[in-house]
Amino acid sequence: MDEMLTYGEDVNEVPMQVGGMSLFAELIMSLGTSTKTNDKLEALSNYFSVAGDKDKVWMIAIFSGRRPRRSVSAALLQLWCLELVNLPQWLFAECYLTVGDLAETISLLIPPEIMVPKEEQPLHYYIEQLIGIEKQSEEVKKQFVIDSWRQMNQQERFVFNKLITGNFRIGVSQQLMVNALSKVTELPAATVAHRISGNWDPVMTTFSALLHESNSDDSKPYPFYLAYAIEGEPAELGLPHEWQAEWKWDGIRGQIIKRNNELFVWSRGEELITEKFPEYHFLKDKLPDGIVMDGEIISGRQSDEGFVVLPFANLQTRIGRKNISKKQLQEAPVIFIAYDLLEYNHEDWREKTMQERRTQLEQIVADLQSSEVFLSPIIAFDMWAELAATRVTARLINSEGVMLKRKSSAYQVGRKRGDWWKWKIDPLTIDAVMIYAQKGSGRRSNLYTDYTFAVKDGDKLVPFTKAYSGLTDKEFGEVDYFVKRNSLEKFGPVRTVKPELIFEIAFEGIAASNRHKSGVALRFPRINRWRKDKKPDEINTLDDLKQMLEQYGK
Amino acid sequence: MALIQFTDKGLYCAEGNFYIDPWQPVDKAVITHAHSDHARWGSKSYLCHTFTKPLLQQRLGDGNYETLEWGQPVFINGVKVSLHPAGHIIGSSQIRVERNGDVWVVSGDYKTENDGISGEFEPVKCNTFITESTFGLPIYNWKKQADIFIDIQNWIKDCFEKNANAVIIAYSLGKAQRIIAPIAEVTSNIHAHGAVWNIFQTLKSSGFKFPDINRIDIDAPKEKYKNAVIIAPPSAEASLWMRRFTPFEVGVCSGWMQVRGNVRRRNIDAGFALSDHADWNGLLQAIEATEASKVFVTHGFQSAFSRYLNEKGIESAEVKTEYGNDEDAVEGN
Ligand SMILES: [Zn+2]
Ligand SMILES: [Zn+2]
Repeated sequence: MDEMLTYGEDVNEVPMQVGGMSLFAELIMSLGTSTKTNDKLEALSNYFSVAGDKDKVWMIAIFSGRRPRRSVSAALLQLWCLELVNLPQWLFAECYLTVGDLAETISLLIPPEIMVPKEEQPLHYYIEQLIGIEKQSEEVKKQFVIDSWRQMNQQERFVFNKLITGNFRIGVSQQLMVNALSKVTELPAATVAHRISGNWDPVMTTFSALLHESNSDDSKPYPFYLAYAIEGEPAELGLPHEWQAEWKWDGIRGQIIKRNNELFVWSRGEELITEKFPEYHFLKDKLPDGIVMDGEIISGRQSDEGFVVLPFANLQTRIGRKNISKKQLQEAPVIFIAYDLLEYNHEDWREKTMQERRTQLEQIVADLQSSEVFLSPIIAFDMWAELAATRVTARLINSEGVMLKRKSSAYQVGRKRGDWWKWKIDPLTIDAVMIYAQKGSGRRSNLYTDYTFAVKDGDKLVPFTKAYSGLTDKEFGEVDYFVKRNSLEKFGPVRTVKPELIFEIAFEGIAASNRHKSGVALRFPRINRWRKDKKPDEINTLDDLKQMLEQYGK
Repeated sequence: MALIQFTDKGLYCAEGNFYIDPWQPVDKAVITHAHSDHARWGSKSYLCHTFTKPLLQQRLGDGNYETLEWGQPVFINGVKVSLHPAGHIIGSSQIRVERNGDVWVVSGDYKTENDGISGEFEPVKCNTFITESTFGLPIYNWKKQADIFIDIQNWIKDCFEKNANAVIIAYSLGKAQRIIAPIAEVTSNIHAHGAVWNIFQTLKSSGFKFPDINRIDIDAPKEKYKNAVIIAPPSAEASLWMRRFTPFEVGVCSGWMQVRGNVRRRNIDAGFALSDHADWNGLLQAIEATEASKVFVTHGFQSAFSRYLNEKGIESAEVKTEYGNDEDAVEGN
C-alpha cells in the first residue's frame, strides 16, 4: 500500500521544513542571474517542490504583491548598519552610489567576521517576526534586525533586507510563477492563476488550502487575458469575418464583479479599487448576481454618439487619492467600457466562444441603461485595408489603436499569442538632444542610463522629458562612455552633458502641464532610436511640441 | 625634494633618475608587473622581477631587460632599489626605494590573500607608501579563494548537467592561471582562447607547471566542444567568437561581480567575485603593516579611500595616475 501513502491526501498535511532562508536566498539569486526563462521555471518549480509549506505560501504572496507592510524605515536600516560596522555616513553614501541598491549595500557592508552562525530559520519565521515588530519600539526592531543580519550570509542578508525595503526586481512574471506552480501541483495554469488571485491572507492560509480548495472568496477576480502586439500584417491572420475589431483604450484594465450582492472592482495590477470609483456603485443594485465583466476603467462621459474618452491625464487625477472630491468627480468623470463577460449566473464563462460571451454582454449592458457603463464598440470592416484606414484615426478619439479578437476564442490566461492581438497606431515621435544624464539603479548601477532630453527654442534648449528604455546594452555602453568624457557640471548624481547626442523620442500621448518648464507632459516617453545621422541643430523645436499638443492634446 | 615625485610620465625618482611603471617612454623604467597599464612600450631599459621578464618580452618584444629576485637589492645612481612580492599575478612586485634612511614603497597592484602561484604579499615597512585602491570601498570583502573555487566547480558541473559548455571569462594573465587547477579537478576537457593559451605557453616555458589545455581551433567542427570548459579573456565576451560553443553558459571571474547589478547588466549566467586585487580589509591591513607615516592612494577609489585614511589618522593624499581607470576598468580586476 505504499502508493496510497505516497499519493494520498495526507502528504500535504505533513509539516515539511526543508531548507530555510538560505533556500529562498538561493532561489532569488538564481532567478536574478539566469538569462533563460526555462532555467527560471526550473528554479521556481524546484523551490516549490522542496520548500516548507508556509514558506511556499509567503513566496507566492511576495511575488503577487502581497508583501507585509514595511515595519522598518530605510533610514533606520542605514543607521543601524553604520553603527554595527563603524563607518562614516559619507562612506556609506559612496558605497550606495556604487551599488545602487540599499538592501544590497547593507548586505555587502557587514563583514563575515561579525557573523554568529545560528540554526537556520525558515522564510516565514522572518516575515512573521517582521510583522510582529511593526508596532514594537525602535529598540526591539533594532535588536531583531541586527541579530538577523549577524545570523545570515551575504545573500540571505540581501534577501532579508529586500523583504523589509521593497520590491524584488528579479525578472519573474506572475505568469512564470503560475506555470511553476502548475507544474508542481499538476493543476491547470488557469486554475492556479485564479486561486492565487484576489483577497487572501498568507498568515491564515496553507499551501494546500490556497491551491487545492476551490475557495469561497466572493471578490476573487479572474486572471486577465492579455494580447501581444501584432507581428507582420493583419492580413496574415486570415479572413476578416473571423475577427472582431474593437478600439484599444488607454485606461486601467479592470474587472467588475458582483457576487452575493457585493460589488468589487479590481485593477489589472490586482488592486481592489472599488472605493475609488463611486460611479460604479449603482451596479451593486442593477447588475444580476454572479457576474464578472472585463473592461476598461477610463475617464470619459456620455455623448450623443455614445461616449467620449478624455486624455489619460484626467484619470491620473483620480488614481492614488483616498478621498475623491465632488470637483474631481465632475472634472474627471469615469466610465467603464465593457469588453467581455467572464462569469454569468455564477458560472465560469471563459471557455465559451467570444461571440457567445459578447452576445450576452450586449444584453446585460443594454439592460443597465446607464450613462457610466458602455459596450466596447465593434469596428465594422470587410477588408483588412478598410480596418487599416479606420485605425489611423484612433488618436482623434483618444484611442491607442485597434484590438483584434478571434470570434471563436476562449478567454485565456495571461499574455498569449494567437487569438487576441493589439494593433497600435504608430507612436508620436520627436528628435531631441540629451542634456542631463544620471546613473541607473540596480541592474545598471554603474552606467549613465537615465537621460533628460531637450528641444530647441530659439537658441535655448528646453528640457521636456526623461526617457529610460529603448537602447541596447551596447548603446548604453557607448552613451555612458560619452557622458563620462563630456560632462560639463555635476549636481549630485546628475551630470550636465555637452548637447551632442540626438535621439528620437517616441510617446503615446501629449498633454498640457504646468509642472513642466516646456508646458507639456508626455505619455510613455521612450528612446526609439539613436539618430547618429543628425546634428544638434536639426532637432525639433518647442513649437513642434506645442503643435502636437494642439492637435492631440485635447 | 621628495624621493618619488608624481610627474606626467609617471612616478619618478629624480635622485636615481628612473621611473616606476611610466606611461610614456623613458630611459629607465622599473616595472611592478606585466599588465598593460603598468608595463608600457617604448622605454630604453626595463628592470623587473625574473618571472616578469618573459611576459614583458611576449608583450613588448625584444628590448633591454634586467631582472632581480625578490629581496635582492640593487643601487641605481646611489639609490637602493629592491622588489618584494605583491601577490597580484606571477612576478608582480612592490618596489622599495631607499635613500639616506628614507624609504618609499610603490605597491603596484596587490592582493593580500595568498593565491598559491603569485608569491605571498610581503608587508614592507616604509615612511611613505603608494597604494592602489581598485576595490577601496568597504562593500568589497572577498570570499576565500578556496570557497570561490568550489562555487566555480559547482557551476561547471551544473553546466555539464544541462549539456552546456562552460565559458569562463578570466583575464589571461592572472585569473586564468588561478582557476586552471580547480577546473582541472572537474574535467580535463579544457580549451583556451589564443590570448590565454599564449600566456600559459610563455609561463610553461619559464618552468611553471599547469594542467594541460587545448588551444581553440577556429576551424574545428562544433562537435569538438561538448561538456567542455572554455577559458576566454574579457574581450571575447558576447562576441561572435563564442557562438561556436553553443549551447553554453557564461561565468565571469572579476571583483566587480561582487555587486549584483554588474552581473545582471552583463547578461551572464554566473559571476564570481574572484579578484587579483586586495579587498577593503586587505588594503587597510597592508597599509597598517607598512607603518608608513604618509600614504598616497592611486588606481581606483582614491578619493574615498584617502579621505577615510585621513579620518582614521593616517595622513593620506590621492594621486592621479594612468593606471586602470576607475570607471571603465573591467579587465584585469
Ligand atoms: Zn595589474
Ligand atoms: Zn593595474
